[in-house]
Amino acid sequence: MPHIALPEGFPGISAGLTYRPETAKPMRELAHVLLHDANSLTPGERELIATYVSSENNCHFCHSSHGAAAACHLGDPSVVEKVKTDFLSAPVSDKLKALLAIAGKVRQDGKLVTAADVEAARKLGATDIEIHDTVLIAAAFSMFNRYVDGLGTWQPHDPDMYAQMGKHLAAEGYTAPSIRQPLQTT
Amino acid sequence: MPHIALPPGHAGIRSAMAFRPETARPLNALVEVLLTGPSTLTRGERELIATYVSSLNCTHFCHSIHGAIAAAHLGGDEALVRQVKTDFTQAAISPKLKALLVIAGKVQKDGKLVTPADVEAARNLGATDIEIHDTVLIAAAFCMYNRYVDGLGTEQPDDEALYRERGRRVARDGYVAVSEEYLTTPATH
Repeated sequence: MPHIALPEGFPGISAGLTYRPETAKPMRELAHVLLHDANSLTPGERELIATYVSSENNCHFCHSSHGAAAACHLGDPSVVEKVKTDFLSAPVSDKLKALLAIAGKVRQDGKLVTAADVEAARKLGATDIEIHDTVLIAAAFSMFNRYVDGLGTWQPHDPDMYAQMGKHLAAEGYTAPSIRQPLQTT
Repeated sequence: MPHIALPPGHAGIRSAMAFRPETARPLNALVEVLLTGPSTLTRGERELIATYVSSLNCTHFCHSIHGAIAAAHLGGDEALVRQVKTDFTQAAISPKLKALLVIAGKVQKDGKLVTPADVEAARNLGATDIEIHDTVLIAAAFCMYNRYVDGLGTEQPDDEALYRERGRRVARDGYVAVSEEYLTTPATH
């Protein structure tokens, strides 16, 4: 039961975004630039960072929807599950593992990131802008997760719904809503 | 010493935003709506929420600049801002704002900590749904801005006069207008 009168039938962040279009617009644009626009990190890699941070924050809606988007980009849901449970043993590049280590620290507190963490990522080929974007994706999901949880939004446990959302997010990105109509809440 | 080659001559979030104008624009647009847009919460009240969350996250740049902007909106009352940072329950602010700060403090830790009783308490003191929404989102957004500023290892000056001067300017002109100062030079990466 949401803490305020959010529109019914809109899961997770889509309820907050529908409730307050003025703040939705820049939040959508930020997610779109970070996760969908052209970048030397693939959309799949960036969605994995978002998924990992959301999973560490135990935000069911966010790690399920971004996990589904990552699976769509990567064509392999098992990688996503592995990143959520133990990214060090996941079949992802060493560079991405180093970036996930930075993201995990930013999630807790940005001050935990050390020069050695950044150096390790750089030695594995990470560029300054990739390090920047990793920090900002982790920081942004520290916001999105708190927004979704702090409003007490409806977070269904329906894999099909997340799979559909993932398809939309992977194809269209974040500027247009992935949930356009209220869903059945029962 | 920043972790990446941020453009010199800028402090805190400004250096990060100058490095990546594509993300700076929505980041500034969001803070502009939340802290300066039309709202039944005053700009001073909203800046106090931002300051309080940044102070809990120990992000010097953010709690200093937003504290200075809050003071500028509150008739220069820096003592009130300090009191909100150290113990808001004793501050000369409305009981409604105190109830909203309780919610903001929980969101700062984990959104799941907010209870119906916290929300009910704020509502009984006059908080509307949109005020509760915006409190949650301000707190969540500053968990982002704070991590962004700290996670890149940005320079965070100790110069109170700098924050005071810039705080007055942001209070007067808003975030987007002031951001043009450091977003006009194209990034070099």
